[in-house]
Amino acid sequence: MRDLIIQISYLTASVLFILGLRSLTRPDRARRGMQLAAAGMAFAIVGTLINHQIVDYRWIAGGLVLGVVIGYPMGMWVPMTAMPQRIALSLTFSALAATLVGIAEYYTRVNSGEALPRPIMTALAFEVLLGTVTVGGTLVAAGKLQEVITSRPLTYRGQNLVNALLFAVTVGLFVLLIVHPERQTLFYALIALALLFGILLVLPIGGADMPVVVALLNSYSGLASCATGFAIGNVILIISGSLDGASGFILSILMSRAMNRSFTNVLFGAFGSQTTAGAKSAAGLSVRSTSVEDAAVQLAYAQLVIIIPGYGMAVAQAQHQVRELAELIEGRGGEVKFAVHPVAGRMPGHMNVLLAEANVPYDKLYDMDEINGEFDRADVALVIGANDVVNPAARNDKASPIYGMPILNADHAKSIIVLKRSMAAGFAGIENELFYDSKTSMLFGDAKKSLTGLVGEVKNV
Amino acid sequence: MLLLELYVFVLAAFTGYMVISRVPALLHTPLMAATNAISGISLVGSLIAAGAAHSRVATLLGFVAVVCATSNIVGGFLITDRMLRMFRREGGQGKREAGSGERQSVRS
Repeated sequence: MRDLIIQISYLTASVLFILGLRSLTRPDRARRGMQLAAAGMAFAIVGTLINHQIVDYRWIAGGLVLGVVIGYPMGMWVPMTAMPQRIALSLTFSALAATLVGIAEYYTRVNSGEALPRPIMTALAFEVLLGTVTVGGTLVAAGKLQEVITSRPLTYRGQNLVNALLFAVTVGLFVLLIVHPERQTLFYALIALALLFGILLVLPIGGADMPVVVALLNSYSGLASCATGFAIGNVILIISGSLDGASGFILSILMSRAMNRSFTNVLFGAFGSQTTAGAKSAAGLSVRSTSVEDAAVQLAYAQLVIIIPGYGMAVAQAQHQVRELAELIEGRGGEVKFAVHPVAGRMPGHMNVLLAEANVPYDKLYDMDEINGEFDRADVALVIGANDVVNPAARNDKASPIYGMPILNADHAKSIIVLKRSMAAGFAGIENELFYDSKTSMLFGDAKKSLTGLVGEVKNV
Repeated sequence: MLLLELYVFVLAAFTGYMVISRVPALLHTPLMAATNAISGISLVGSLIAAGAAHSRVATLLGFVAVVCATSNIVGGFLITDRMLRMFRREGGQGKREAGSGERQSVRS
């Protein structure tokens, strides 16, 4: 009877999770759907608490209380601008939980004196392998996103060889462990190596590639949960783990497609570290810089302005000024649309969340495919802290490292205004032809200050 | 049992793929936050590890796992809700539209 109740609570939770995720296809229904998913979680927890294996509730109660104390500020107080590192850190937590459960299960079984069945050992090995790789990787990713660790790629000679060797040894240990489940040293060595591998895997990856990395690690942590489910024979872990894994997998495919690069290239390419020989250099070209006043006039009399936000807007935390400027232009009868590139920012959907936070209605946010045809009739394309995603070299310079990456057609607009801190090259170290276009004017300075200036001037036009 | 679990895994992964591939890019960050929250389901395994009293080691590992998973559940669902609350349509700001219309007529 008790088991039946537990199974029903798990089934209810699974259905509610899937309905919750399904609701995310529509922004107006998403909130209600996710509240249902949270209710599903409550069912699953209550169901588990009546499990007959649980005999002592003291540690559980302490853990739940401490978890709420840590989780509440992580949910309510973390600012939207810190979202990428927050997501990375919560991936660390979920992978760590899966790993620890795996270690506890192994420890209990191996010391019980009974032989560990091979399928269970395989699941446990997968669990700790994927779990610790994710823990190491997401910790480095969070550090890079928080800029505790440099967001530049960290590379050294023979790096790929070292990583490949490490990977080979880890896989070797994995296989040995499944053959000899009772050898505890192998198990703990596997954990140590997997952690090291996770760290070394992400260290050479630069900031702009973080969307792919975070999505990929999300998928690993999902698979680790799945493996936990197999190891302890729990179906809801398998279901939720595969939902999580599928989500990370889809996102990483979408992200790498939006950069026209393969996983291998992201993981082992150390983009931006090699000198980009062959790419066009800027020698002999000149840029036209403009003043806040001139740019304001251009914007004030435009019929259609397309704003292209990038990571620079997030760094300057200028999303509120962007919204204010957009409302002013609309107030004068112009039309404003936002063009969001899939990999703009440091995580999937980064720009959308920041702009939504600043109260920009979501029906003004357009995906690349929706908006690219409209640049031809745009009077001004306003580029705010974006670089590689508007670089025409991706279309016409075969030697460029970003050749083939789908970009926003900012260069098709009648005029282009670029807000940028300085002429320093973008993340990828590639010169951007757009900045030298005769239609382009550059407004140098901190994005937030420039935008505040523009808002003031547009009011006065 | 293992075969049954494999069935569940394959079907759930397939369902997840079908459902999630329809989530628009607009909501990709809330999607990541939501799947993070749901991945807190590893609490189910952690609770058993922490409460089964097999050994001191297993209990302690389980305890830390409970802390991690719970904070993911609480933090994950709260932040997803916070984000989704921010996404609104233009229709909700009819008044502001009218206000800006007036400003326009003043100018001309």
